[in-house]
Amino acid sequence: MKRHLVTASLYTVITAVLLGVIYPLTITVLAHVLFPAKASGELLKSNGVIVGSRLIGQPFSGPRYFHSRPSAAGAGYDAAASSGSNLGPTSKALVDRVQSSIATESVSGALPIDLITASGSGLDPDITPASALYQVERVAAERKLSPQALQSLVASNIIQRQLGLLGEPRVNILALNMELDRLSGQSR
Amino acid sequence: MTLNGWLQIAIFFALVLLSAKPMGSYMTRVFERRKTFLDPVLRPVERLLYRATGVREGEEMRWTEYASSMLIFSLVTMLLTFAVERLQHLLPLNPQHLPAVAPDLAWNTAVSFTTNTNWQAYSPESTMSYLTQMLGLATHNFWSAAVGLALAIAFIRGIARREMKTLGNFWVDLTRGTLWVLLPISIVFALVLVSQGVVQNLRPYDTVQLLEPQKVTATGADGKMTTTAVTTQTIAQGPVASQEAIKMLGTNGGGFFNANSSHPFENPTPLTNFLQMLSIFLIPAGLTFTLGQMVGSPKHGWAVFAAMSVLWFAGVLTCYWAEAQPNPLLHGVDQRASITQAGGNMEGKEVRFGIANSALFATVTTDASCGAVNSMHDSFTPLGGLVPLTNILLGEIIFGGVGAGMYGMLIFVVLSVFIAGLMVGRTPEYLGKKIESKDVQLAMLYLLIFPFVILGFTAISVQAPSFGLSSLANHGPHGLSEILYAYTSATGNNGSAFAGLNANTHWYNASLGIAMFVGRFCMLIPMLAIAGNLAAKKSIPASAGTFPVTTPLFSILLVGVILIVGALTFFPALALGPILEHLLMLSGHSF
Repeated sequence: MKRHLVTASLYTVITAVLLGVIYPLTITVLAHVLFPAKASGELLKSNGVIVGSRLIGQPFSGPRYFHSRPSAAGAGYDAAASSGSNLGPTSKALVDRVQSSIATESVSGALPIDLITASGSGLDPDITPASALYQVERVAAERKLSPQALQSLVASNIIQRQLGLLGEPRVNILALNMELDRLSGQSR
Repeated sequence: MTLNGWLQIAIFFALVLLSAKPMGSYMTRVFERRKTFLDPVLRPVERLLYRATGVREGEEMRWTEYASSMLIFSLVTMLLTFAVERLQHLLPLNPQHLPAVAPDLAWNTAVSFTTNTNWQAYSPESTMSYLTQMLGLATHNFWSAAVGLALAIAFIRGIARREMKTLGNFWVDLTRGTLWVLLPISIVFALVLVSQGVVQNLRPYDTVQLLEPQKVTATGADGKMTTTAVTTQTIAQGPVASQEAIKMLGTNGGGFFNANSSHPFENPTPLTNFLQMLSIFLIPAGLTFTLGQMVGSPKHGWAVFAAMSVLWFAGVLTCYWAEAQPNPLLHGVDQRASITQAGGNMEGKEVRFGIANSALFATVTTDASCGAVNSMHDSFTPLGGLVPLTNILLGEIIFGGVGAGMYGMLIFVVLSVFIAGLMVGRTPEYLGKKIESKDVQLAMLYLLIFPFVILGFTAISVQAPSFGLSSLANHGPHGLSEILYAYTSATGNNGSAFAGLNANTHWYNASLGIAMFVGRFCMLIPMLAIAGNLAAKKSIPASAGTFPVTTPLFSILLVGVILIVGALTFFPALALGPILEHLLMLSGHSF
């Protein structure tokens, strides 16, 4: 028994160094050599300031922007507090939250479901093409742009299924709104 | 449900099927200590490790010694994690200057990762330093998976060996599983994940200027409305890819971030999502082939594979169907699938995964004892959420956790053979071994500990408004589901959650800690005892009265026994939780 305790202790220390220090540090070094931008979170910079990550959603709620999904990670899409709402399907709180979202988001016709439901991470970088198209009318009116121009902006931002098969078509909300700002700047 | 969704599910299964044989025969070679292509690199490391730790490579162990080595090792590694958590404020690689983890949470987490559960009662990005994640938690992702793998191999040896008293050497099995199976695959997988956008760095969190600053209105304790401006976003970073790879491959499931595999830094693309699901089943599916090879009956391995596949398909079919349904309580919303949206129940789901990949992930992660989530199970429809819950309640034997699924399934195999024997009135045999009363008693002990812990703790919690019910986020039958799911997940060493339940309280930290501990170790001991018992038996030749374990009939019987045992034990609890909620939802009730 004593022998096993000695073995267990030595084994723990040695493999902890191998698996808990050497392994992750090796991957860190390799990651920075092979994929430096990806390893750091695909941060987008503008004039030397980090304006976001391509992978992490941002909140948009004003009329001039395409809105992102509701988030349980706080109003700022706090990426240090990722979370879903964890509200069940029969929760009054869920039904009430959805009704108030509908009241603020509604333009005409039924709202796409993703636009009024919170994502699992609270940081969803995407909305569905349906949700983007739904908002074209409002954004076009606010920005005094033609709906056709915005429809083609949305169309050019649709990310198709990966390898033509995996996942669902989507629109990256931060990329879409950054291009929207650019488009408005040009037309002004 | 869409055609594309079904196509993704079909391709997933095809790849699991195709990988089972190469993966399984590789593991047979590894554990029978035959030559592999990695030997030139790994043999010297292995020898050095044995010399440094005093392991005698050729030494064989009886089941009792195998079990005590495993228990001592688990205890020592658990203490290390507890120490790292408590001391993290004094240790390096803590750029956010996070304080020491509270004692009850540190205990809960140490047990959780030692038992391969990875239940998380905390939000990692605001609780655990990078060093704690790497040294305290990711190490357990390797160790607990390697322990599970070693135990499954020991059990298979128990079946394969004749008139022997020993089951192998725990330390050798542990080492070979780690060095030959888990580590090389993790290295490759981690780099693939980084190439898709999973982060891997040791930098402090980044602060980002929001493109559109937000105004937040909150009602304070005094009832006054206050408006504050949010202009920045904090982006948590970390050595994620290295941990993510082994988290999935080792069926651990403990997220680097609170949102687990729904977080874009853990699971950025549909491809990473697909590979993560595959990596959950890679080793468990391979083990069915290892079983067939090591006991000298590959057809038996495939018969077990077939039984698992049937149960997997039933789960994914139900879950996908249920999640694609509209929520009847929501009005004025378009919930239909079309070419521009996935539709269905999108609360708690990511747009890039949609319904099919969320339902498949939820099924796979609970078929195995993984417990990683890419969508929030608590927000699933009642019947959609019933699937992950039922998968765990059946014992996570549908491919199952690394190792744990295999030995869990073999307990059911023993029971099935016993029942078949009773039906024809002959002494039951399993691959030439007589199954006697002691084996069946131990198998029943294994099967009864599980519901005893789950239903016992759930019953106590629902009777206690002050410490049990006060943690609920949802009311009505969904509240019962939340508590039932928590104890099921802990005892089954799964680690996924109906996460609305606030489990970071003294009661839940302590009781879930006990549930995880009992669910792992108190079930391993009867399992190893059966293995030791089987190894010592004589082999008797098959006769006309022997029930064959290589046929479709056997697979059907096995599925039947699993479902009957599960239904008899848990149907009343499920009827009061998800099933009642479903009926009330259809009649328009909310809580």
